[in-house]
Amino acid sequence: MRWLAIALMLWAAPLWAVEPNEMLDDPALEERAREISQLVRCPVCQNESIDESHATVARDLRVIIRERLVAGDTDQQVLDYLSARFGEFVLLTPPRDGANLILWLAAPAMFLVALGIGWAAIQRKPKAADEGLSQDEQAELDKILNS
Amino acid sequence: MLIELAHFCLILAFAISIVQMIVPLVGAHKNWRGWMALAEPAATSQVILVGFAFAVLTWAFVVSDFSVQLVYLNSHTDKPLIYKISGVWGNHEGSLLLWVLILAIFGACAAWFGDDLPARLKARVLAVQAAVSVAFYAFIIFTSNPFVRLEFAPLNGRDLNPLLQDPGLAFHPPLLYLGYVGLSMTFSFAVAALIEGKVDAAWGRWVRPWTLAAWMFLTVGIALGSWWAYYELGWGGFWFWDPVENASFMPWLFAAALLHSAIVVEKREALKSWTILLAILAFGFSLLGTFIVRSGVLTSVHAFANDPERGVYILAIMVIFTGGSLALFAIRSAALEAKGAFGIVSRESALVLNNILLAVSAFVVFIGTMWPLIAEMATGRVLSVGPPFFNAAFTPFMIALALALPIGSMLAWKRGSIKRTAKSLVGWAVLAVAIGLLAYAVQTGRSALGPVGMALGVWVVGGALTDLWSRTGRGGVPDRVRRLRRLPRADWGKALAHFGIGVTFLGVAGILARETEDIRVAQIGESYQVGAYEVTLADVRQERGPNYVTTIADVAIERGGQSYVLQPEKRFYPVAQMPTTEAAIRNGFLRDVYAVIGDPQEGGGYAVRLYIKPLANWIWGGCILMALGGLLSLSDRRLRVAAGAAKAKTVPAE
Repeated sequence: MRWLAIALMLWAAPLWAVEPNEMLDDPALEERAREISQLVRCPVCQNESIDESHATVARDLRVIIRERLVAGDTDQQVLDYLSARFGEFVLLTPPRDGANLILWLAAPAMFLVALGIGWAAIQRKPKAADEGLSQDEQAELDKILNS
Repeated sequence: MLIELAHFCLILAFAISIVQMIVPLVGAHKNWRGWMALAEPAATSQVILVGFAFAVLTWAFVVSDFSVQLVYLNSHTDKPLIYKISGVWGNHEGSLLLWVLILAIFGACAAWFGDDLPARLKARVLAVQAAVSVAFYAFIIFTSNPFVRLEFAPLNGRDLNPLLQDPGLAFHPPLLYLGYVGLSMTFSFAVAALIEGKVDAAWGRWVRPWTLAAWMFLTVGIALGSWWAYYELGWGGFWFWDPVENASFMPWLFAAALLHSAIVVEKREALKSWTILLAILAFGFSLLGTFIVRSGVLTSVHAFANDPERGVYILAIMVIFTGGSLALFAIRSAALEAKGAFGIVSRESALVLNNILLAVSAFVVFIGTMWPLIAEMATGRVLSVGPPFFNAAFTPFMIALALALPIGSMLAWKRGSIKRTAKSLVGWAVLAVAIGLLAYAVQTGRSALGPVGMALGVWVVGGALTDLWSRTGRGGVPDRVRRLRRLPRADWGKALAHFGIGVTFLGVAGILARETEDIRVAQIGESYQVGAYEVTLADVRQERGPNYVTTIADVAIERGGQSYVLQPEKRFYPVAQMPTTEAAIRNGFLRDVYAVIGDPQEGGGYAVRLYIKPLANWIWGGCILMALGGLLSLSDRRLRVAAGAAKAKTVPAE
């Protein structure tokens, strides 16, 4: 049983996403906090939002978000506050500016190009001409006929 | 000794694959029958040799032979047998061995069951397949040898990552690999056709079963991974747009596109060069997926397989194969001329639209996945591309796809009429809109995506049913029901797969629209209300499992006289020093009740999370239906060859 006790002690690390004790009493504000925290990446985790993450720093960020909301910030102000302190990296939505415009516009642009190519392909009439035999096939045929 | 023998067999297989890559290719070029015929025994011996190597490694895991480094690093004597076996591929070296084993099996299948292939095409296909094998054998032998011995065998192993000790994840990688490697087969066919300079209806028919099989395995593999995330990560998310998920999703999208365009090649001899290009891209993206997972170049939750040095090698494989085949494509694709003409409104055009939407959505996933890397290299900006981007950029294409699917799948070949098709679907359209509006009316302040998804799901499901029904022709209902039973399996498969897509749409929409979440501190014995459910935290206790310790809670749930107990756990794996959450889920047809137990709180009591997730099971149920549809279609192959020929004659030339 000593083994069990040690194991249980080692377990103290927070294992959880949003904890009950960090939640706000105002349901509307809490709802906003949850929505924002789904847009913020946990800086030390691998591709998790702070809403899902168990890490301590994610918890700290969740608490900061709630503090800013209680202080009367808008959602965008909270996100700006976080990215100013922790870098652009924490924003799961890449800002639509600078080179990122390529990212945001790539899909619609690609779609238009693909539609254009597809349209051209549909309209193109294939050559009706008979392809005839290839050289190899002709050779093979000759061989059979001559044998 | 067995281990060394297995290592030797692997090297032997490498040598044989080099021969198989060169000799049949020369034979096909010079038309030397003997040289071409070599491919078959070579492919068979590869499968025997690699099969033996794999069996030996599995044996070493089963008997816990810790003198093998890989076993020491990834196993433990206390581990249940199934996870000892799944431990074989729960690591880099072992998973690569599985990869080459599947590659060899697919190659051998092409050799064994490819009797109806022309000898030259078959020789070229097997040679290209062997070229892929050569690259991976070299990779495994020179950088990732699974058979390395330890000088002194330790008494016990370091255990497998506990997250991987799970039935869902035990079979997730092999299924994905079956999918990835299945696409290597279509790739081989594509490259062989380019070398040959000929693509015809027969080629389309040969390629389709491989594509179908690969796509089916990918579907099930991805669904299994998503299901695992749902119950294991502790809050019931099912898709995260994680780079590694995306890595398997891109080939899936391409395989789905390829599946459809190969039909056009087979039935109408059109879209040839596009189909070849898709086959190359689908496998290219499988390699990209492998690169992403194995190199860890994009940080993600799957980082257990990280190793940048090996990543460079896979990058080289990817560049050589994709680049080489694309170059070949550029040179030879002009030789592939379309034969069948078709009108602007026709099944062919609908399938072109399907391909455009699937390919562009795959491109969205691609650029979103790679953008952080590109941006950092090009501009030095360190940024993230997360779910909000994918949801915004990817979803519109899926909506368009679902909108077009029922109509497109029912249009006639060559020249169809939207009006006539739309007429038979009007009822479903009205029902879909009504259900969407109803869902919108009862929800409060959530995104409109839920109701839209509901409507689309109903629309697609209805479209699949109508499609199947319309295949029975005219006449009284009893007649048509009888004919329904006699429809070719391909028709059933198509309808079932499309039905499955609709079901998955409904599942996703259900969660988006009506999920309930409750997080709170509950005292033992305390009861509270969540939605229509009465929840009681009855008991919390500690227990010991085979290789972990656990906290188990009894959460009693009651609703309308029906009651049951959920037992969520929180486990700790002492060897790996890792905790995991084991959610307790009451699966239901209409909803899942999902409970998670958390830490004890300072003021007494435990944190408890409870979710009610409507239609959750439909997400994976739909995927299974899709895969079953693929299976049905696959089993129809021989029938389809005959039916296709018969149908070609009776198509009215309007």
